[in-house]
Amino acid sequence: MDFLYYPGCTLSTTAKQLDECARLCAEKLRIKLEEIESWQCCGAVFPLTSCRIDTKLAAVRVLVQARNKGKPLVTLCAACHHVIKQVNHQAANDAEFRQTIKNYDADLLYAGEATVYHYMEVLRQHVGFDTIKERITNPQKGRRIGAYYGCLLLRPGEVIQFDDAENPRILEDFIRALGAKAVSYPMRNECCGGYRALEDGDKTKALTEKVIASAVSHGAQALVTACPLCQYQMAMASGGELDVCYFTELLAEALDIDDIDDE
Amino acid sequence: MRIGVFVCHCGNNIKATVDVALLAERVREGFLWGASSVSPSVSPSVSPSASPSVTSVVFSADYMYLCAEGGQKMITDAITEHGLEGVVVCACSPRMHEATFRKAAQRAGLNPYKLEIANIREQCSWVHADKKAATDKALSLAKAAIAKVKLAKPLFPGENTVEKRALVIGGGIAGIQAALDIAEAGFAVDLVEKTPSIGGKMAQLDKTFPTLDCSACILTPKMVEAASHENITLHTYSEVEKVEGFVGSFTAVIRKKARGVNIKKCTGCGDCLAACPMKKIPNEFESGMANRTAIYIPFAQAVPNVPVIDRNHCAYFKNGKCKRCEGACQPKAIDFSQEDELIAERYGVIVAATGYEPIALDAFGEYGYHDNKDVITSLEFERLTNASGPTGGKLLRPSDGRVPKRVTFIQCVGSRDATARGKPYCSKVCCMYTAKHAILIKEKHPETDVEVFYIDVRTPGKSFEEFYRRAVEAYGVRYIKGQVGKVIGENGSLRIQAMDMLENGRYDSVTDLVVLAAAVEPSADTKKIARMLAAPADVNGFLSEAHPKLRPVESATAGVFLCGMANGPKDIPETVAQASAAACKAIGILMKDKLVTNPCTAKADEDLCNGCGLCVGVCPYGAISSEGGAFPRVVCVNSALCQGCGGCAAACPSGAMDLQGFSHRQITAEVDALCL
Repeated sequence: MDFLYYPGCTLSTTAKQLDECARLCAEKLRIKLEEIESWQCCGAVFPLTSCRIDTKLAAVRVLVQARNKGKPLVTLCAACHHVIKQVNHQAANDAEFRQTIKNYDADLLYAGEATVYHYMEVLRQHVGFDTIKERITNPQKGRRIGAYYGCLLLRPGEVIQFDDAENPRILEDFIRALGAKAVSYPMRNECCGGYRALEDGDKTKALTEKVIASAVSHGAQALVTACPLCQYQMAMASGGELDVCYFTELLAEALDIDDIDDE
Repeated sequence: MRIGVFVCHCGNNIKATVDVALLAERVREGFLWGASSVSPSVSPSVSPSASPSVTSVVFSADYMYLCAEGGQKMITDAITEHGLEGVVVCACSPRMHEATFRKAAQRAGLNPYKLEIANIREQCSWVHADKKAATDKALSLAKAAIAKVKLAKPLFPGENTVEKRALVIGGGIAGIQAALDIAEAGFAVDLVEKTPSIGGKMAQLDKTFPTLDCSACILTPKMVEAASHENITLHTYSEVEKVEGFVGSFTAVIRKKARGVNIKKCTGCGDCLAACPMKKIPNEFESGMANRTAIYIPFAQAVPNVPVIDRNHCAYFKNGKCKRCEGACQPKAIDFSQEDELIAERYGVIVAATGYEPIALDAFGEYGYHDNKDVITSLEFERLTNASGPTGGKLLRPSDGRVPKRVTFIQCVGSRDATARGKPYCSKVCCMYTAKHAILIKEKHPETDVEVFYIDVRTPGKSFEEFYRRAVEAYGVRYIKGQVGKVIGENGSLRIQAMDMLENGRYDSVTDLVVLAAAVEPSADTKKIARMLAAPADVNGFLSEAHPKLRPVESATAGVFLCGMANGPKDIPETVAQASAAACKAIGILMKDKLVTNPCTAKADEDLCNGCGLCVGVCPYGAISSEGGAFPRVVCVNSALCQGCGGCAAACPSGAMDLQGFSHRQITAEVDALCL
């Protein structure tokens, strides 16, 4: 299993554990992740105005590199995954977008040929949850863990094609594979409001509190997420009531990986 | 050959885009002998003479509405006066008025197949804006038609006898009504129903809008009438497997599935049901809200009132042991050895009334239908509020049996939803049945708060708007314009997250019961039936009418008629009206002893056919064989079966097969006229 890997900038700064655990787990699960060369920030937001390409160019460059190397591209951060998959979809389906990119840089000839996976999709499709179940040495028995998807990982469903956007199950299947009890609660795919944290903190707080309350009322003791923004908001909002970690951290724990550089 | 060309204005439909006067003048180009100008409409100019061996357009004129009486008279008069031997009508699609004009030609003594249509409306004026270019194109189309009519041969229709028996597929209210009407007219009808009882969806409903009369009370007498009518043969628990033939002479194979119960011996006492140990099977009639046994009668008023053994759940069929029902049956009607029976019957006409189903809600995870017992569909609500339903008509929540203090209805669940998971069309009945549900709740429990989320409330129909207003004004049902984003189960209640579009704000509140108005779609077997009948269906799978306005109960396949939801969303009165109309059309055929057949069928030239048999495989109607002809291996076409599709003519490598009325030579001549 040979993949190119796009970590993204948050994973090099505030969300180092997400990245580090992912790399260590990949090694243990014999997934070869080759970090893509001279990557840039994904842009963090996929702009819906059709005239803007500036924040999409980084994604196009990464995708071109993946196509040229002939390997699938793996992303991890929910925001990066969202932006890169959306750009890939647009490049495949929007001739005007392709032309605009070409006008900007004649070398950027790209029509969506690369394949993009989220790390979780690699675990599901290429490793298999059954295999993971066999490989773990520290099953998370007795833990009641809720999956928090947030919004970016799933939507828009027809482009991202990660899971059913209204009723996702992949993270629950993952949690069960690690031996824990998966707590499925209705607010697991609602937005954390992180994008509005600086502009209107109360709105964000109201949203995160709803998610936390829903998870707690369904009996969750911990939450796992794939998004640095979600992780930050949920950890703040839960006030220690819930342990909020990245799904790769949970995987590392289950695989008994302990040489993680704690900060 | 003396040809006349007639150009129709179709009001402004053609005239606004095509210069009709110029067209009428220019069709004569190349064929003119001395006539200097054409003055259309007023005094059509006529070439004084033309040599009989030379083809010429000897007459041309334009007219406001050729299909009107005056227009037709213009054609018949010209045929007589000018001795026309071929006619071209430049007008609308031949699907529209070819028959009209050919009849007119026939009245004037011309063989109707010596008249051709040039479609300058649908294929020209309607789709173009540039008048000059459209006029040029119209001229090309007219010249192609002239080239074709030059080579036209007189054709004479044949006859076939009509089998005086009708097949009605589907035993819901549509099928029952159609069967009763045909039977009342004195013709034999076979009514085939897939499930163990006739009655369909209407039997499941509680009250009917906007009069609130009881659905079962008005339906069951009709079911009994259908069962007892001397001209109707019921085939319940049966499916049509195969249909062959053509109008007047269809043959259908019907599979009568093994009931495991002898219909003639059974008294309907129900002792076998009490004896059955398998008691936890979801009851289809109760929309899964109650259980039934493996041997079961679908509902109390079932017709026939005879149980059926559900072999997928029966202990004997699964494990080879049990047969308790057999022991309990006094009249010895249980028969485990019964097998499916195939019967073949001939019919003159077929009515397709295959009905509908609500869509599956798997793709609508946000409403939590599969996660919360108190999120139900409208059809489930019908059972919940029905006196014969699982709660005896008491409004009790499925989860805890409490009376809900608030009920939330969500409309357009999958309707008017252009995304892949939904249906682009309006399901038409949901606005009204939701208003009905709201009123039914309010009548039983005035204190219960009822809210309805809607996109638009659509109430076109007699007394419909008044009914909806009554829900709002007299009963205080709260209508909220907006779509629900999420239904969240929490602490035994349901939280609704929605947008209130009129308040332009978020709606976030708690409710006790959610009812989803799921979109309707054609029943699962409609596609299969459509293929069997060669009846076209639209993109949504609904059976298509031959013409959306003028032939609304006929399929494009002759002798096949449509009614009910199979043809598109509609309510009970519309379904009944359409069923009676379909029956009426069917009776029109059954009344005739013989039908005129279309002479535009394929014909093989025995001298050219090399017996390769390619055409035999191509023919969708099984009309071609190499048996029964004058020579072995050389094919011949059964003109009664041939539908004139032309597939064989295209497939034939030796050019032996030709389609009369659309011969190779005619089509080549048309192409030459257009391209050379």
